[in-house]
Amino acid sequence: MYRNKKSMELNTVEVWDGNFANSHALRQAGVDVVAAYPITPSTGTVEGYASHHANGYVDGEIVMVESEHAAMSGCIGAAAAGARAATATSSQGLALMVETLYQASGMRMPIVLCLVNRTLAAPLNVNGDHSDMYLANQSGWISIDACTPEESYDLVLCAFRIGEHLDVRLPVIVNQDGFLTSHKAQNVRPLSDKDAYDFVGDYVEVNSLLNFDKPVTHGVQTESDWHYEHKAKQNDAMMNSVKVIEEVFEEYAKISGRKYNLIETYLCDDAEVVIVCMGTTYETAKVTADKLRAEGKKVGVLMPRVFRPTQIDLLAELLADKKAVVCMDRSAPGGQMGLLYNDVTGALFNTSARPLVSNIIYGLGGRDINVAALTDIFNTALEEVANGKLNGTIQRWSGVRGPELKYYNVKG
Amino acid sequence: MSCSIGGCIPQGNKEIKNLKSFSTSAERFEGAHVLCPGCAHSIIVREVLNATNDNMVLGSSTGCLEVCTAIYPHTSWDSSWIHIGFENGSTAVAGAESANKALRRKGRIDPNTPEPKFVAFGGDGSTYDIGFQWISGCFERGHNMMYVCLDNEVYANTGGQRSSSTPIGASATTTPAGSTSYGEKQNKKDMMSIMAAHGAPYVAQIAPNKWKDMVKKIQKGFDANGPVYINAMSACTTEWKFPINQTIEVSDMATDSLVFPLYEIIEGKELNITYRPKNIVPVRDYLGVQGRFKHLFKKENEYLIDEWQKRVDANWEYLQRREEARV
Repeated sequence: MYRNKKSMELNTVEVWDGNFANSHALRQAGVDVVAAYPITPSTGTVEGYASHHANGYVDGEIVMVESEHAAMSGCIGAAAAGARAATATSSQGLALMVETLYQASGMRMPIVLCLVNRTLAAPLNVNGDHSDMYLANQSGWISIDACTPEESYDLVLCAFRIGEHLDVRLPVIVNQDGFLTSHKAQNVRPLSDKDAYDFVGDYVEVNSLLNFDKPVTHGVQTESDWHYEHKAKQNDAMMNSVKVIEEVFEEYAKISGRKYNLIETYLCDDAEVVIVCMGTTYETAKVTADKLRAEGKKVGVLMPRVFRPTQIDLLAELLADKKAVVCMDRSAPGGQMGLLYNDVTGALFNTSARPLVSNIIYGLGGRDINVAALTDIFNTALEEVANGKLNGTIQRWSGVRGPELKYYNVKG
Repeated sequence: MSCSIGGCIPQGNKEIKNLKSFSTSAERFEGAHVLCPGCAHSIIVREVLNATNDNMVLGSSTGCLEVCTAIYPHTSWDSSWIHIGFENGSTAVAGAESANKALRRKGRIDPNTPEPKFVAFGGDGSTYDIGFQWISGCFERGHNMMYVCLDNEVYANTGGQRSSSTPIGASATTTPAGSTSYGEKQNKKDMMSIMAAHGAPYVAQIAPNKWKDMVKKIQKGFDANGPVYINAMSACTTEWKFPINQTIEVSDMATDSLVFPLYEIIEGKELNITYRPKNIVPVRDYLGVQGRFKHLFKKENEYLIDEWQKRVDANWEYLQRREEARV
């Protein structure tokens, strides 16, 4: 496999931002085709990869296309031709790609997409929230969330293993927060090129367009007679991916010492109040929980590491004995509850557990969320527990200027 | 006919001496499809596939060809074939072409085996309109592929809406002729010039009635290095509204009236006219055999026919001057 490219000597600890960490994971995975289009804040992933290519560390093709839609289209064509394919994007780029996201998953192409989370216009804004992650939430892509550059590096390597597994064959998104992760250089402990490639393994072709002994037709048309069964099989593969994800995380822990879980928890075991959140907010919430624990308050934090497929049963198990759960959604909900709120309440509804569950909308367009704000959110939930009821409404917009915004009144 | 990745004898263009040798050549596009009786798409596609012995990776944009040839669990393609969407048929094939380069460089495909041909098909809707940007991108990047536009001047698959290939005066379902309208108001977009302006090594217009000219051009296209654009006139019995046994006759009138002149442009500059009709048919006669132009023969619309004839004359003059000037 090293036939036409140089191996790179890496330090035990490198200082990489999230984008550069992605670029090294893509390089080490020996991606065959990267088709990509620049957009802030994910551009650095592709620029980093292009620099590895320009210096002889990549022997695959880079196709710099004219739009994100074309980027994913090219990845699908390449994947159908037996190539390991990957790309990166954010925000509007993901929005333009949406049609092809559904085509990629429906055609069962195990493409990896490095999604650097950024809000969706309008208003136009390059900063981060989870609007793009949420936009892809029903697209049939496995969606995994990283909080740090190192996590993104690790999870991009894992994503190839997961998506390409013969029981799965689905595309995988690896999320990280725009700027907060993508542009903040932090310690990353990379694997050696050899260890990383040995972990990811050779790409296993399925029905390649370039296998002329066995001509295949990709991307058929169906009517009502077969469409339903296609989607059922696709969804079944998604549901069954959980086992593969756990196996891959287990194996990765053995070679890296870093263990990922379907759902990450921090101080949750005996917690009365738990914040559910994703991305860098999970890190800030952990610091906040430490501070409040020192004050004797029983608080914890939970993050779905695997956002899709949704871990309904595990969520229910982990939250069964809590007194309050605060679901923090970093995306404008468009006149409904946030997705994490829906996931959590959906998980709990068919159990006997009845914690107070509230929904915080926060951090839109890169608005900062800090320890002070999270302390406030924890304390409000603790008060609600003491009062035995929510403080008037289910959904509250945190950190927005102007009059307080609260929705969905609760009685009693 | 097919060739494994492992290795096989070099192949290349097929020798086709006459119609008989053409009609007996191998079928990679099988008869099992549900295109309309009299549809020219299948004739053109067969000729493209039959022009070479090489392995082929084919793609189709969403459209008549795609929905009529790959209805699960059936397929008409005895060849590698991919469809993704309406606008990205070109990029799907470009992605496969990029994969081929990468896999050969890495040794996963033996670089000594013959290169396959990469061909994307699209209707005029996916070529002139919704897929225009994708095609432009593929040509600018120089993928080694052929793009064949099956140009029937209408969104036929969705029931006859106008595209930017629909000629002025045609009645389409979204630009219908009526008491206060003569139908489509815009002139057909000049895709040939646009694609030639990309600096493509080879750009050609073909028609199914001139099969020798067609095979020659397809083979020239396969021999070219880089992106090749073929604009294939595809007479549509359903939307042009002519009898299903008249496809070749209507096509003859299209090429002989010079509404669809047959020519090629090499390296974006050298223009060659490849067919000069002995008897030029009046545009009026070409329009007269198609229901989509029926209303033009009303007295108040007849000026449009005269204008059309003038446009065709001017274009023919232009093509001849371009040919002569060699620039």
